[in-house]
Amino acid sequence: MITLTNVHKAFGPNRVLQGVNLTIPRGESMVIIGGSGTGKSVLLKSILGLVTPDRGTITLDDTDVTKTDRDTFLARFGMLFQGGALFDSMHVWENVAFRLMRGPKALPKAQAREIAIEKLRRVGLTPDKADLFPAELSGGMQKRVGLARAIAAEPEIIFFDEPTTGLDPIMSGVINTLIREIVVEMGVTAMTITHDMSSVRAIADRVAMLHDGLVRWTGPVSEMDAASDPYLQQFIHGRADGPIASVR
Amino acid sequence: MTRLLAAIGHPVVAFLAALGRVTLFALQTLRHLVTPPFYLREFGHALLQIGWFSLPVVGLTALFTGGALALQIYSGGSRFNAEAVVPQIVAIGMARELGPVLGGLMVAARVASSIAAEIGTMKVTEQVDALVTLSTNPMKYLTVPRVLAATLAVPVLVAVGDSIGIAGGWLVAITRLDFNSATYLKNTTDFLEFWDVGSGLVKGAVFGFIVALMGCYYGLNSGRGAQGVGAATKSAVVAASVAILAANYVLTGLFFTS
Repeated sequence: MITLTNVHKAFGPNRVLQGVNLTIPRGESMVIIGGSGTGKSVLLKSILGLVTPDRGTITLDDTDVTKTDRDTFLARFGMLFQGGALFDSMHVWENVAFRLMRGPKALPKAQAREIAIEKLRRVGLTPDKADLFPAELSGGMQKRVGLARAIAAEPEIIFFDEPTTGLDPIMSGVINTLIREIVVEMGVTAMTITHDMSSVRAIADRVAMLHDGLVRWTGPVSEMDAASDPYLQQFIHGRADGPIASVR
Repeated sequence: MTRLLAAIGHPVVAFLAALGRVTLFALQTLRHLVTPPFYLREFGHALLQIGWFSLPVVGLTALFTGGALALQIYSGGSRFNAEAVVPQIVAIGMARELGPVLGGLMVAARVASSIAAEIGTMKVTEQVDALVTLSTNPMKYLTVPRVLAATLAVPVLVAVGDSIGIAGGWLVAITRLDFNSATYLKNTTDFLEFWDVGSGLVKGAVFGFIVALMGCYYGLNSGRGAQGVGAATKSAVVAASVAILAANYVLTGLFFTS
């Protein structure tokens, strides 16, 4: 279980997180929604330690994440980045097997490659893609490779940062389905950041809406449409009029 | 008056703060240099990129510099009948000063820019964050192999540059200045001392460390987007070049003044 308590983060005068409280239960898929610049990515990076919060605590299974061994902590996570963040100097299979070939439990190259190809197959990519470079793949394929890399070491927790950004609706549907299948199949705790409401409905068990650095609403996805929060309603229906100011 | 003080004070404070950050980065790099894990494959790749692929540019620079130096010394020396010292001055000048400094500056232009652009691009495309989430420390994986490779490769480049520079001087001397080839080479070897060459190699190691350190520092601290990477690249080359010239003055003072 991941718990955030009163988390604050500012970049200069820009107060991005202003006291976030959120619990992500073990084995559930939490989707964080909210407009651009509301601090969704900062929240996710704070949990991973890529950004250090100014105040507040973040715990994983009741242990403060800042007081745990970094390598052991990070070994429990997998992450799919918004742009894929694939290492462009490496072959596709080397990207997927990156973690498997390093660290104290490093596997031999041949075994790591075998696992990488199996993971690529799991996300719908044929073995002939393994020896290509990321730049030779389409955006959708790069997302799949990123997904294969995220699951390669069989983590307990997976983060997805805007998994369908830049993809066409059909490819978005494919990625959403893959994510949901993998989350259920592996029984992982998942946290996804997205603007895409079709992703929310496909991936989420629970939803949290972030606005002005605070969690405005949180609850099961099944209750989202009936919720009375005007901010949530404006966001999920994409209305220009409402409490969330839009720039036109 | 307050405005004047502020106008002077702000850049001074900013410079000192930047110097402090670079110093801390250098200390971190040195700490990671001696603690595992070590990424040998990345080290080998960096050695090839920094050392082998810099040979043509360093060699050509040294060749033309050695030739020009011979012409200058001959022309200047003729004012007081000292044309005969061309071999000695070319050799000492190349080994002590021009080999390491020009080699260092050429490597700074080629390598610091390339490292800063590569790591800066990795930063803005979240590849550096991805490394962290894959339990890999970017300092160990990106910085240490490059800094170690440059520290070891640049002295070798300097040694090659010295030899080519001296050869350039010899070529000009025998073809344009009517020097006897055997006498020129004898004068070069007789007057060149071990420390003339050794001091240049030590300088090369320091310059290599500076070049890779600046490339990595500015790359890892790159701003967002193409503009951020461009600014990081420019800053890396400028900072590395200025630091090389400053370090050269300090090292020359240490090595050659009593």
